[in-house]
Amino acid sequence: MKRKNKGNYVGVLSSVFAIVIGLFVGLVVLILCNPAQAFPGFFTILTGAFTHGMKGVGQVFYYATPIILTGLSVGFAFKTGVFNIGTPGQFIMGAFGAVYVGIMWEQLGSAHWIAALLASIVMGAVWGLIPGLLKAYFNVNVVISCIMMNYIGMYLVNWSVRGNKALFNTLRNESKNVAATAVIPKMGLDKVFAGSSVNGGILIAVAVVILIYVLLNKTAFGYELKAVGFNQDAGKYAGINEKRNVVAAMVIAGAIAGLAGGLLYLAGTGKHIEIKDVLASEGFTGISVALLGLSHPIGVLFSGLFIAYLTAGGFYLQLFEFSTEIIDIIVAVIIYFSAFALIVRSILAKLRERKAKGGEKSEGGDQA
Amino acid sequence: MSVIYFIFQQTMLFTIPLMIVALGGMFSERSGVVNIALEGIMIMGAFTGILFLNLTGGSMSGQLQLILAILIAMVTGGVFSLTHAYAAINMKADQTISGTALNMFAPAFAIFVARVIQGVQQVQFNNTFRIDSVPVLGKIPVLGPMLFQNAYITTYLGIIILLVSALVLYRTRFGLRLRACGEHPQAADAAGINVYRMQYAGVVISGALAGLGGLVFVVPTSTNFNADVAGYGFLAIAVLIFGQWKPWKILGASLFFGLMKAVAAAYSGIPFLASMGIPSYLYKMVPYIATMVVLMFTSKNSQAPRASGIPFDKGQR
Repeated sequence: MKRKNKGNYVGVLSSVFAIVIGLFVGLVVLILCNPAQAFPGFFTILTGAFTHGMKGVGQVFYYATPIILTGLSVGFAFKTGVFNIGTPGQFIMGAFGAVYVGIMWEQLGSAHWIAALLASIVMGAVWGLIPGLLKAYFNVNVVISCIMMNYIGMYLVNWSVRGNKALFNTLRNESKNVAATAVIPKMGLDKVFAGSSVNGGILIAVAVVILIYVLLNKTAFGYELKAVGFNQDAGKYAGINEKRNVVAAMVIAGAIAGLAGGLLYLAGTGKHIEIKDVLASEGFTGISVALLGLSHPIGVLFSGLFIAYLTAGGFYLQLFEFSTEIIDIIVAVIIYFSAFALIVRSILAKLRERKAKGGEKSEGGDQA
Repeated sequence: MSVIYFIFQQTMLFTIPLMIVALGGMFSERSGVVNIALEGIMIMGAFTGILFLNLTGGSMSGQLQLILAILIAMVTGGVFSLTHAYAAINMKADQTISGTALNMFAPAFAIFVARVIQGVQQVQFNNTFRIDSVPVLGKIPVLGPMLFQNAYITTYLGIIILLVSALVLYRTRFGLRLRACGEHPQAADAAGINVYRMQYAGVVISGALAGLGGLVFVVPTSTNFNADVAGYGFLAIAVLIFGQWKPWKILGASLFFGLMKAVAAAYSGIPFLASMGIPSYLYKMVPYIATMVVLMFTSKNSQAPRASGIPFDKGQR
């Protein structure tokens, strides 16, 4: 138990180390571009989210909702030993499912938004199922099939929206508005965070985070998933059906990413499926969120909020002569250095060694 | 006949960049380092190359300008890929993670810098590089219209890179050592090969070729660069696997992808296909679906380098 805590502690420390370096690089870039405005600009990145008080906090929750879920999708798959880079495809398929039901099935009344969200979950799950099956039965590399599925999904959604008169807004080259009954209820959050775009989606996202946490840590099924993730051969030897596992892992990961698409496109904030040949950025952000959150559900929740917080702050950067891409640069640097967990570990080990030498106490076997 | 020439010329425009980048990926993976950052490196190479074209437009002859831009793109790609090499080789970091970081960094950096320099994110350039007809060679029947009319020097450069790659990989000491590092680095190390240096070489070659590929992709198909290479880096990874990490098969795979892309882009100008009435989206999806199907049949006994993606650890057996 103690050892496990120590492992988490090192992980969190390496994330903090990566964040500090990422922010530092961001500051350096700002200084190089425009020394006079660099510090106020940097200050805006760090605190901009609070510019409008509770409204700003609400915006952070709104931005965080989809990326927490795409991050959870990637993180969950990581825990089971699969790199799910297919979140952009699963995300947009989920969005399509939600938008389709949200426009077409108006007769559902008050259950409409729930049905639309279920559709997004199913569509995402199907888009995760295919790479899962290909891995289990044909040994196809999941990363490659996921990349293929991303593009197939993107083109399929664009085609389906454009080809259906009931869905397509010809003037704006995007999907039409979903029915009012399909918009996710505010669940009282609009009163707390007046004026912001936040809605019940964030509560659903948090609920899913808790659900996955329980699944991974408190159930036999989750234990099996993780066991295969740690060591596939050992899991197989222990009698775990690793084929079923990889399929189940990809279906769940796809479902979560699909739900992320549903929650964003049913938020009632004027978000439409645009007919552009570009992969959904929320999916790729999910990879960052998962990496920064160490693939742990609770970690993903916080790293999703953190990246949303930076994004919200970056929005106000336009007051200065900086473009918001600086946020992406910072996040990319953070991810790059978070891959360096090994160095942090070795630095810590050295520090501990020095401490042990100084105190003339030898603690054998405590190096892990 | 003119339709066939047209399709072939279009196909080459898509095939050459894909092939160059996939060959780059081959050098990296054959040395034992997975380079999923090809997309990001392409963007960086295209960005500096196009920026050079933008800044020096009209100051020199078109072909000289293009050659200089090619060199700049290759150097940029090589330097940028060093960050991936450092993470993957020295730091033994997860190669997918560091590659993903590079992919995120590149478009953000390109947009940011373009805005700082010129206010808008699109970098414009004048396309003065097209060769209407190569002297003498352009007049050869059949082959002339296919390869030597409406062409770019980058096409010939791509063919040279293919020949050199095949030669280097299979006929030189360097190639043998590189392949050894990708298959069994511990054995290579025991034989006295500096595995770290070989892997650095593999990644930097892949970076230089990917940077070049980015420029080669953008120049013939557009007149401005918007921090985007349309997913060609990822597609090149598919081509690499489709081509089973072998130069000539990579050529075949990229020809197939290039043909599909050309058909999707230009099918309305091809009477035979336009009359079939198949939506363009289907053509756009076919390369990806075909890759999946081929992978289904080839993945059981994959030809991937054995040690690809596994950080080299001297102490391991």
